[in-house]
Amino acid sequence: MRGATRVTWTGRALAVAVTVALTATACGGGGSGGGGGGGGSEAGVVRAFWTDPQRPVEPANTNEVQGGKVLDMAFRGLKKYDPATGKAENAVAESITTSDQRNFTIKLKKGWKFSDGTAVTAKSFVDAWNYGALVTNKQVNSYFFEYIDGYDDVHPDKGEPKAKKLSGLKVKDSHTFTVKLNQKFSLWPETLGYVAYSPLPKKFFSDHDGWLKKPVGNGPYQVDSYTKGQVMKLSRNKHYAGQDKPRNKGVHLKVYTDQNTGYTDLQAGNLDVVDELPAGQLKNAKKDLNGRYINQPAGILQTVSFPMYDKNWQGRKANLVRRGLSMAIDRKEVTEKIYHGTREPATDLTSPVLKSAGGYKAGLCGETCEFNPKRAKQLVKQGGGIPGGRIKLTSNVDTGSHRQWMEAVCNSINHTLGKNNACTVDPVPTFSEFRSNVSAKKMKGMFRTGWQMDYPLIQNFIQPIFYKDASSNDSHFADAEVDKLIDKANSSDEAAAVTTFQQAEELILEKLPAIPLWYQNGNAGYSDRVSGVRLNPFSVPVFTDIKVK
Amino acid sequence: MTEPPAIGGPGGAMELAESEGGGLEGKGPRPGRKGSGKRARSLWSDAWHDLSRNPVFLIAGLLILFLVLISLWPGLIAGRDPLSCNLGRSLSPSSTGHWFGFDTQGCDVYTRVVHGARTSVTVGVCSTVGVAVLGSLLGGLAGFFGGTWDALISRLTDIFFGIPIVLGGLVFLSMTGSRSVWTVVSFIVLLGWPQVARIARGAVITAKQNDYVQAARALGASNTRMMVRHIMPNAVAPVIVTSTIALGTYIALEATLSYLGVGLQPPTISWGADISAASEGMQFRNAPHILLYPAAALSITVLAFIMLGDAVRDALDPKLR
Amino acid sequence: MGRYVVRRLLQMIPVFIGTTFLIFVMVYAVGDPVNAMFGDRAPDPATAAQLRSEFNLDKPIWQQYLLYMGKIFTGDFGNAFNGQPVTELMATAFPITIRLAILAIVFEIVIGIILGVLTGLRRGRPIDTTVLMLTLVVISVPTFVTGTLAQYLLGVKWGWIRPAVSPEAPAGELLLPALVLALVSLAYVTRLTRTSIAENARADYVRTAIAKGLPRRRVTLRHLLRNSLIPVVTFLGTDVGNLMAGALVTERIFNIQGVGFQLWQGVVRQNSPTVVGFVTILVIVFLLANLLVDLLYAVLDPRIRYA
Repeated sequence: MRGATRVTWTGRALAVAVTVALTATACGGGGSGGGGGGGGSEAGVVRAFWTDPQRPVEPANTNEVQGGKVLDMAFRGLKKYDPATGKAENAVAESITTSDQRNFTIKLKKGWKFSDGTAVTAKSFVDAWNYGALVTNKQVNSYFFEYIDGYDDVHPDKGEPKAKKLSGLKVKDSHTFTVKLNQKFSLWPETLGYVAYSPLPKKFFSDHDGWLKKPVGNGPYQVDSYTKGQVMKLSRNKHYAGQDKPRNKGVHLKVYTDQNTGYTDLQAGNLDVVDELPAGQLKNAKKDLNGRYINQPAGILQTVSFPMYDKNWQGRKANLVRRGLSMAIDRKEVTEKIYHGTREPATDLTSPVLKSAGGYKAGLCGETCEFNPKRAKQLVKQGGGIPGGRIKLTSNVDTGSHRQWMEAVCNSINHTLGKNNACTVDPVPTFSEFRSNVSAKKMKGMFRTGWQMDYPLIQNFIQPIFYKDASSNDSHFADAEVDKLIDKANSSDEAAAVTTFQQAEELILEKLPAIPLWYQNGNAGYSDRVSGVRLNPFSVPVFTDIKVK
Repeated sequence: MTEPPAIGGPGGAMELAESEGGGLEGKGPRPGRKGSGKRARSLWSDAWHDLSRNPVFLIAGLLILFLVLISLWPGLIAGRDPLSCNLGRSLSPSSTGHWFGFDTQGCDVYTRVVHGARTSVTVGVCSTVGVAVLGSLLGGLAGFFGGTWDALISRLTDIFFGIPIVLGGLVFLSMTGSRSVWTVVSFIVLLGWPQVARIARGAVITAKQNDYVQAARALGASNTRMMVRHIMPNAVAPVIVTSTIALGTYIALEATLSYLGVGLQPPTISWGADISAASEGMQFRNAPHILLYPAAALSITVLAFIMLGDAVRDALDPKLR
Repeated sequence: MGRYVVRRLLQMIPVFIGTTFLIFVMVYAVGDPVNAMFGDRAPDPATAAQLRSEFNLDKPIWQQYLLYMGKIFTGDFGNAFNGQPVTELMATAFPITIRLAILAIVFEIVIGIILGVLTGLRRGRPIDTTVLMLTLVVISVPTFVTGTLAQYLLGVKWGWIRPAVSPEAPAGELLLPALVLALVSLAYVTRLTRTSIAENARADYVRTAIAKGLPRRRVTLRHLLRNSLIPVVTFLGTDVGNLMAGALVTERIFNIQGVGFQLWQGVVRQNSPTVVGFVTILVIVFLLANLLVDLLYAVLDPRIRYA
């Protein structure tokens, strides 16, 4: 009898559990549903892989690829880099002229509009650049304006800015402005395709919060909505005045937690373009995707640097050791076995995307970048051996698959030197800790340095990295002769500049503060729903060219 | 409002009545049941007597002995240098002399599995023992004394549960410059004890209710005596069960820590690190053998300890005699 | 009973303060997040200084903590570095993770207890051995592998499900992730139930019940199982933490922007508002779960009473 009244308590517990689960289902249900093929709102739209940018998406505040992807679609600057050749061509600019490599007059084309219908004028550029340079606006790309006269006043190293505006910028009329630089810089106009130099509409200044929620620009696409952590929806900008009008109805940038998930979703047909393929999948990508796989050069160079501030690494003998270590690395095998051909052994300090006209010179590094175990052993011996007998190869391990190539490089060195613990991997947990240690000059052995170009110029591969105290001179390399050559290059005309930079590069390779490892290719996979997918030299998909079936 | 749900009411009382006899009877060895004839050996020596005749225990013991041996002298069965790797042989399948094939870096998988035992077994066993001891101690105190002890210890477990492993690892392990196996073990113990503490606390709270414990208390038994003689043997089962499984997860956790860059530094070899290297970017898709062998080694270790745990637990349970 | 619950709830206050402070100090100890914002370049000192002052990173830690706590009491948990309010992050992450955790717990309860009872009653038989082998596989193969394999097979090869969970994360899409997430815990629940059942199966009250002529099923469910559940319930209580905060791997594989993922991102980017906010809420959840478990003890074993 009692049994009847007490029901079974386990039964009841189960019932409760099931009810809770069902309720949960009901709460969450109703969303999405439309998968495959892409129904309704996704017709004609490219669905692309994305991860949330770490910082707000503003032109002068975005320095990572993901934020850059959006800016590339929603903005056009004075210049634009041709997706195939990498050459800087006029976009909003009608002409950029100078007679002394220091004072520039910039004329804009008429008829350019922001996606909200307001006109792009000289003021749009000058205001945007002043905003980007002013220290109190906390823009991480401020330093792009450092060559403009008056930068030190709006962006002093310490204390309050003395001025709000760059004195080197002057609006002449609605579509003309002049720029005065604080030094000669012949290649400066070529840098103007970088997103930090984009124009900004009035709304950016009058309703900043509103603008951040839904950025307004003058690019081929306009931002329709942005749900952080989920998706950014872009559609054609009706007012776009450029030549490269989108061949699709729009782009949905879908946020993924992991590259692998994006790749799996691509295979399942729920995503059209993935431009970050997981390293372990590279070997199978071609087969998995029936050839819908892109592997082409991009402006990225991977190197390992030495702490030139450390006594152990200064002097002629240390130079021999560095040279020996460089020759102990079997670049070809690493790029084949670990990267499956998505990296090419490096033979200079630039990138093939520059083409020889732009300053790329294959083989400039000479025998130093060639694998030669005998010579390597000999050089290390001549140099008195590795300082301390052992060397560490340091990098952060939270992003990218750095651990694998580091192990491979160390194994290669150990194998060559015939000592199985000469080189060991030193993993640093986070990127920020790694960067802090690098900035604080705490490196003792080799450490990872990579360079992703801002604009396709040899200057960008040399000056920020090897000029004395430059912003990315992580090895703290300083050489008066190199600096002199760089200065000379900047003040000569464009063609002469390239050869002078190459002379500087040759000198750097002789001193060898950094060992070139490999050129990194851009990789992408795409679905059978789209065609015309390719990457630009920055390894970002050229979205305007993509056609949706 | 203030009462627990009705199901605990009268029915519970009935079951209490039912379990009374079991509790009392279950306490000590009962002469005549398993023919040992002799008068009351202690629970522990009785347990040992049982164990030494239990084949499961013997097999587990042999396995563990083997693991200890290869941890101490891996060279006995794997003579090659585990750090001598040749990228040219990357991911090659098994061949004569290299039965388990090669991993991504071109290292011999067999040699690495054998040489990885030392780290993995040390981390697994020491962490488990540490967690079990610290956890049962604190959990036991909380459950046995209740009140303020319970409040303090239980709230501490709440806070420790809240610390994300990644954060804890970054903070505690990044601060220690060179990390040895023992640093990693201490870290796992530090973050692992709360789980066992809760389980031990629950078990002690239940065991405390048994009438023989109440009886012992009435007879004036000291706290220590009650804990050791009456409560512990009855509360130990859930701790053993969770610990033996946790052993495997700790071996894997060591790998997670290494993967995050806060664990053991290269070139330390461990099963966990090899398993996670095989998983990274789905390497295992092209060469399942690089995942299979270290994972199998881990399985066998866990199996040995699960068997050991089961045998010990059975031996400690008088009802099963 | 009522007083006991009230007392437990009051204990939340010191736990809340203790946790926030501890986590705050820990995130602070990890280092300076501003460096990473500049990517591969050395931070420009002027901009870095401005950013530090925006996030109060230039102040001594106790002052940072007080400023942070002051804001919390007005419901402002601060902003992530991309300007998104942490409360907004929590509002999207917690419901998803709670859904995931509930499904996982249901799997653990249903599958784990059924397997536990079966193996406990049939110790040493083929089913017991089979389940033990499965347990070993689950423990030694990382979640990453089981997760990606399941995702690949079901999502790509056979096309039964969408491999990536959509942002709304309805429960239907969370079934597979929940199962993957529950796997290791399933091993624990099964083994705990098995041991407990085996231990109690010979108890006299069970024999009495059988002797009374009660049907076997009823004896198993009402008498045996109920008395065997305390360790299982305790374990489930502790597992809430694993399921909610430790679901990082599962969440990343299946594209779920839940608590585990947000916490991990917060830690890696050293964004203290996100981490402290999330952990604080989590600790409160653990506290409640623990309280619930303690109350369940009294239900499962009526001899346990709380004053």
